[in-house]
Amino acid sequence: MISAEEITDAVAGLCMEANSKLPEDVMEALKKSLDVEESELGKSILQEIIENDNIAYCEGVPMCQDTGMATVFVELGQDATIVGGSLTDAINRGVSKGYREGYLRKSVDRKPLFERVNTGDNTPAIIHVDVVPGDKLRIVVAPKGAGSENMCALRMLKPADGVDGVKRFILDTVRNAGGNPCPPIIVGVGIGGNFEKVALMAKKALLRSIGSRNSDSRYAALEEELLKMINDTGIGPQGLGGRVTALDVHIEYMPTHIASLPVACAIQCHAARHGEVILG
Amino acid sequence: MREVHITTPLSDDTVERLIAGDRVYITGTIYTARDAAHERMMELIEKGEPLPFDVKGQVIYYAGPTPPRPGRVIGSVGPTTSGRMDSYTPTMLDMGLKGMVGKGERSKGVIESMVKNRAVYMVAVGGAGAKIARCVKRSSIIAFKDLGPEAVYMLEVENFPAIVAIDCYGNNQYEMGIKQYGRLTK
Repeated sequence: MISAEEITDAVAGLCMEANSKLPEDVMEALKKSLDVEESELGKSILQEIIENDNIAYCEGVPMCQDTGMATVFVELGQDATIVGGSLTDAINRGVSKGYREGYLRKSVDRKPLFERVNTGDNTPAIIHVDVVPGDKLRIVVAPKGAGSENMCALRMLKPADGVDGVKRFILDTVRNAGGNPCPPIIVGVGIGGNFEKVALMAKKALLRSIGSRNSDSRYAALEEELLKMINDTGIGPQGLGGRVTALDVHIEYMPTHIASLPVACAIQCHAARHGEVILG
Repeated sequence: MREVHITTPLSDDTVERLIAGDRVYITGTIYTARDAAHERMMELIEKGEPLPFDVKGQVIYYAGPTPPRPGRVIGSVGPTTSGRMDSYTPTMLDMGLKGMVGKGERSKGVIESMVKNRAVYMVAVGGAGAKIARCVKRSSIIAFKDLGPEAVYMLEVENFPAIVAIDCYGNNQYEMGIKQYGRLTK
């Protein structure tokens, strides 16, 4: 049995922790990128990023002022029992608590078009629930700022566009983004499914650890090729020129309709924040 | 890579010395203003009312900080995407604004107005909010408190680290960087 209160506390903790502590694989990738960067300006930017992330970790303060919308990925074991309230409410209460107690910026407006008024507690969170075997509850909190989120894109390609069409779309999206999403970026690519599913795949691909490859060798090769192409654009750290534009490219795919080739490109800034907990 | 220390308010001489690609350290007073604050300032201008601060010679920092922990001057305060302010910027430049700090590219219209008005566009490292906060010695909200993180803050900064992205001659480090390091032919 998992109590709603336990979920709330876990989510609150993850919101605070994720915003001040980068996952180790991201930190390592940033450090390694210093050896690759040829631009003196680019190198100094990478150093500043690493220094900033160390300060955030040591002082327990947010590494970036854009503490984002809290995206919460949940894997709910089908045999798990949640008591004392609804899962959605428990998560949102956790986000509210975490953003208040962690002195994180509240960046959510109640309405998108007219009367854009801040909700004041960073809710609602964006919640995705997958039901899986078992009786555990796995929660991943991934705060993501709008600088990189605004640069994400989705295209419904034709099957005839093929792999070249996919490459062109990803490269166009990255070039169009330029310095806005705070490179070096991580690129999540979803291929297949349908309109809504492909975006979710691309987003989830961002959670994979840096350096991991798709288990299918053809997709793994495409990840490597896209990474090289993106780094050959010359966009560089913060878009001011250099060799390190992306730290990695992760592709996820699934079956699609005979008439479709959906592709989504999720762009993640260098502050690739996420933290997870398993309850039950 | 050249390093230049500058003090606000900016004179024409100072602005003309800054060249795209320079590392800059800013000391003095700067003002935060982002989307909603710009929109409100435009409304004030239309009504012929004074702005929360006189923009002449000043530097606007596109930023919305996190709330400060008790005892701290400010929370994390990195730059936000400048492009969202492009439609408002030429008006501010015509009123005498001399510098902007943000991140990302600017529109052609903004660059033309910068050249005409002798102004400089600098970028801070996106995401480096915790480090930049250390350069802020004093902070106070001077307008639009109800906008929360989008309120106008007056910040006293010391050696605030930035980079000249576009100078008053129209040189653009974003374009120069890609030209220098790009290897893709198509």
